[in-house]
Amino acid sequence: MNRLSRRDILLRASALGCSLAASPLVTPLAFAKAPWDTRLIVIILRGGMDGLDVVRPMGDPAFAALRPGLQDGDPAHDPDRYLALHPALGDLVPLWDKGELGFVHSVSTPYRDKRSHFDGQDLLEAGTVALSGGVRDGWLNRMLQEVPGLEADTAYAIGTGDLRVLEGAAPVANWAPEANLRISPAALRLASLVMEPDAPMHAALAEAEILSQTAGASGRGGRGHQQIARFAAERLREDARVAAFSLNGWDTHRAQARNLGRNLTTLSETVTLLRDGLGAQAWDKTALVAMTEFGRTARENGTGGTDHGTGGLMMLAGGAINGGQVFGRWPGVGENALYQGRDLMPTADVRAGAAEVMRAITGVSQTALETKIFPGLQMGAPLGLMR
Amino acid sequence: MSFSPTLAERRFGFGLSPQIPAPQSVEAMLRGVAGVDQMLADHPLPSFRDLQDKLVLRRRFRGFARKNPDTDEGKAADKKQQEIYRTARDDWTRGFVQIQARRIQTPHAFRERLVAFWADHFTAVGKGGMLRFAGAAYVDEAVRPHINGRFADLLRACVIHPLMLEYLDQNRSAGPGSIIVRRRPRWQGLNENLAREVLELHTLGVDGPYSQADVRELAELFTGMSRADDYGFVFRRNLAEPGAETVLGKTYGQGASLQHIETALDDLARHPATAAHIARKLAVHFVGDVPSEDLIAHVTTVFAQSDGDLVQCYTALLEHPDAWGTPAQNIRPPQEFISAALRAFGSPQQAFSQMQPRDIGKVFHGPLRVMGQPWENPAGPDGWAEDDAAWVTPQGIAARLEWAVYAPSKFLDALPDPVEFAQAALGDGVTADLLFAVNAAETREVALGLVLVSPAFQRR
Repeated sequence: MNRLSRRDILLRASALGCSLAASPLVTPLAFAKAPWDTRLIVIILRGGMDGLDVVRPMGDPAFAALRPGLQDGDPAHDPDRYLALHPALGDLVPLWDKGELGFVHSVSTPYRDKRSHFDGQDLLEAGTVALSGGVRDGWLNRMLQEVPGLEADTAYAIGTGDLRVLEGAAPVANWAPEANLRISPAALRLASLVMEPDAPMHAALAEAEILSQTAGASGRGGRGHQQIARFAAERLREDARVAAFSLNGWDTHRAQARNLGRNLTTLSETVTLLRDGLGAQAWDKTALVAMTEFGRTARENGTGGTDHGTGGLMMLAGGAINGGQVFGRWPGVGENALYQGRDLMPTADVRAGAAEVMRAITGVSQTALETKIFPGLQMGAPLGLMR
Repeated sequence: MSFSPTLAERRFGFGLSPQIPAPQSVEAMLRGVAGVDQMLADHPLPSFRDLQDKLVLRRRFRGFARKNPDTDEGKAADKKQQEIYRTARDDWTRGFVQIQARRIQTPHAFRERLVAFWADHFTAVGKGGMLRFAGAAYVDEAVRPHINGRFADLLRACVIHPLMLEYLDQNRSAGPGSIIVRRRPRWQGLNENLAREVLELHTLGVDGPYSQADVRELAELFTGMSRADDYGFVFRRNLAEPGAETVLGKTYGQGASLQHIETALDDLARHPATAAHIARKLAVHFVGDVPSEDLIAHVTTVFAQSDGDLVQCYTALLEHPDAWGTPAQNIRPPQEFISAALRAFGSPQQAFSQMQPRDIGKVFHGPLRVMGQPWENPAGPDGWAEDDAAWVTPQGIAARLEWAVYAPSKFLDALPDPVEFAQAALGDGVTADLLFAVNAAETREVALGLVLVSPAFQRR
């Protein structure tokens, strides 16, 4: 197994030359093991996942009429005859039964009314009340900033796309499992020399050098989400305690029955691969949080899909969570219960759920959560998301 | 700092070429944008009409094959439809070579950069089947002819193009009071996707003065725009919402008609928020992630005063001292990085022009995916990221370095002398450290790769 230890990093860093100190991975002052053991996995579901279709309120008398075309398929699970899981989540039902899968319904960020994906995602990842405050880092990074002197490989941002939730002053490792660096050490030293005048580029190369040597054990091949899940599990089994990545494609304006099913299969496979890759012991100490920028309209639209809405759904998984239940205050989907007569009414701040999970895992203080990590958040009474 | 031919090629073009002379003045750059589109004539691509014909033909063969699955004729038809798909896919892959040829050979590289800029601003991607291969034809037919005209014409051409209508789900959107919804209650109606993105991305910008009510009214106004059986544009009256719609306080049209939609688009194109939005995007793309307010204000004013005359906007951008005085900060995104490399190696390269689809996939499309910018496949209608941090990542830099070392030998007839290549590609950007590294490299491949990954080559 290719274990990335502190000693390996220092050895490789010195082999590359002392000029690489700009890389967060090789900054010698940064090394300290995370003082907690539970793994946190954050998945950003981009495009606006339709929570009402993922966990369907079959028991709400108004629901059927809202979505005449989206009732196909037998729900995978009918936990209390009121809410039912989407059929494509069938493979996760055993996790639900063991209390390792749960949901928080009717949550949203503070974002309202413009329903832009891009602003919605920026706000979800910034963790603030508004985007105008000039906040450029993400809430997961600000959580790490609360723990001084963390090891740089405590947290991994995985994938080829942007991941603002983990950007910021705290050192974080970035990698995509499909990347590679098959050139000789001599050539690499020359590349490093050539890039040296450009600090960000130089640091990125230094990290690439370290990660490409240590990221091989999970094996290549498979679709993007499969590679990401295997890589994340491999890192988290070692010293890493935080991993974040995105799954795209939740913007189901049309043919939702097909498209959402496909995405949920991807999500379900991701969870399964993470669990298998972590192994029973580490999975027991894992909390996975999947969140999206907003929910979708309560009514089906004219093209077999749904449009951008407000209240959405958060998914939780892992042995550390208190699953087998749907949390949150259910607002109903009757005409008068809807937000602006069209969207699921948000009854809780999605940030509160993430805050509760982080508080339980890392012991970060409520004050820090409410003022620094999620400024303006009022956590309220805990929902009991964690075991 | 004032105009420099090298900076004109680096910042506003696809970098220096060993054969094509750099423009000698701002006026020459602007003449290149306004004049005859020689690159389109020299390196044509299959038209959208051609793809439409293939779509229709394939549908016929498929339909026949499904109805007659067990007969020889049915099996032959199935083979035929698969062959049509493969041809369209291979045309698309080969289109990559043609598009690069334009960027490699043009003396007016600013024009090609503008095409890429506007194609990104009006991102449209086919979502399934052979429409996935329509991107280049859309750019050639809706974007390219209008980048030196008025913004309003560019906006209209892109928004009503069948590919955009497909991409943002306008095709089947029907007014709640439309004929089709009244006759078939299952067909519930409206889809807001295109209307929202037109306001948020194409015109006013997300901070613009519009509300959810404006999105909804514009979506109702847009109903009727759809695609015909042959995938061309059609205005379907039975989808259109009857009555007038009010967008940003102005009421449009009694009775459904494309004319009302075009009037609304013209008004949006002319809106002061649109001027500021477009000015900022141009400045960020060409000058730096955080352009000066003065530069943005200057381009905004010219946009507004010229009624969206795009060549005048480019003039405003290029005549501002920031265009030439700002240090090279912006990183070339992966697709531009690869085009700049191809241009720097010079042409013609038989090996490149004769590449087969499978190799194009391996040498270009695969690496672009790992660099974070898959060819003609942006993650969303907001197009590619402009901020440099999105591209300067360990995985992105690793992928560039791998490509820079291993790819050129697969598309060049012969590897050039690395020192001469450095001088041709970077001009006065060659540093002593780079020359040292190039001379110390163990192979010619590595030496050339080092030139390509040098900050002077990657930033502009």
